[in-house]
Amino acid sequence: MEDLRERVEKCLGPKGLVVAMTECRGDLSVEVPKARLLDVMHLLKDTPDLEFDFLSDVFGVDNLAFYEKQKPKKKPEGEETEVKKEKGPPPPRFEVIYLLLSLKRTERLQVKVRVAEDDMEVDSVTSIWKAATWPEREAFDMFGLRFKGHPNLKRLLMWDEFPAYPLRKDYPLEGRGEERHLVYGE
Amino acid sequence: MGEDIQAYNGGGWIATKLEWLINWGRKRSPWPLPYGTACCGIEMMCALASGYDMARFGAERPSFSPRQADVLIEAGTITLKMVPILKRIYEQMAAPKWVIAMGACACSGGVFRTYSTLQGIDRVIPVDVYIPGCPPRPEALLQALGMLIKKIEKSHPILHKRYSDFLVGY
Ligand code: SF4
Repeated sequence: MEDLRERVEKCLGPKGLVVAMTECRGDLSVEVPKARLLDVMHLLKDTPDLEFDFLSDVFGVDNLAFYEKQKPKKKPEGEETEVKKEKGPPPPRFEVIYLLLSLKRTERLQVKVRVAEDDMEVDSVTSIWKAATWPEREAFDMFGLRFKGHPNLKRLLMWDEFPAYPLRKDYPLEGRGEERHLVYGE
Repeated sequence: MGEDIQAYNGGGWIATKLEWLINWGRKRSPWPLPYGTACCGIEMMCALASGYDMARFGAERPSFSPRQADVLIEAGTITLKMVPILKRIYEQMAAPKWVIAMGACACSGGVFRTYSTLQGIDRVIPVDVYIPGCPPRPEALLQALGMLIKKIEKSHPILHKRYSDFLVGY
């Protein structure tokens, strides 16, 4: 049996579905294009020698500090028009990470998509794994990620009228003094 | 002699004795409303169960209906989402009513100094006894109940009405 990295590569690579692949302490992580997320997930679930049939978790990540650092800085004066640009455009600010597990092979895989700040829509994977409903609601609640096709995208932990997304890095830990008031029907 | 007897006559004597009687009744039956919202709730259950047996002190029947409870034992973290519900439960309790804030979370928010946690229930409802600890042991809850009973003993239900007593036109 080839190792997991080669099998994933063989399954997704020819279709151009791999953006990057990293391995850290034995955990494989593959980044895929956001627009093709559902195709990737279907492939990972149904390909005979992968069979990731179990979704452990879905969560968001806010890379604010990293994102700000990579943003091209505005030059104060026009004396030096040459801006250092070896790194290309800044990476999208948010990530959504899916932790997959294959119960048959007891292998784990981390799938990552990057989400830009101005386009927070991601396809929901609830049509593939029902288990995604609550974690996706949590990611919506905490980061404001919008999962397209989710059957019931409401806040999970904070109350419905809560005005912010508290796990974003620009939200203060102690909050902005929000209070809950119960609204009764007329 | 005549003056001494006069001192024991009249309305003052009756009011005092009546207060003693009311307090005697109240302190012997502080029915708790167990409001366990987090880990402290487990410790409260332990105090209510047979090992520590809070019923020895008159907390005979944990009353899950706020209307029949006298003491609200608030054991655990209160999130901001929960605040309107806590207020409503407190307001539903019939006067006279007392509140025990059990644990660091209920007293001050504890370790959770965050956007979602109420920094002490005394910000929304009046508290009579605070129990520090994370979580406090059942003995601490029993001691708090003892302190509350002493407080009830010293109260003047007729002479100095508490604000909450006015609410029901006692
Ligand atoms: S005080 Fe400690 S034990 Fe009690 S609810 Fe808070 S965290 Fe839990």
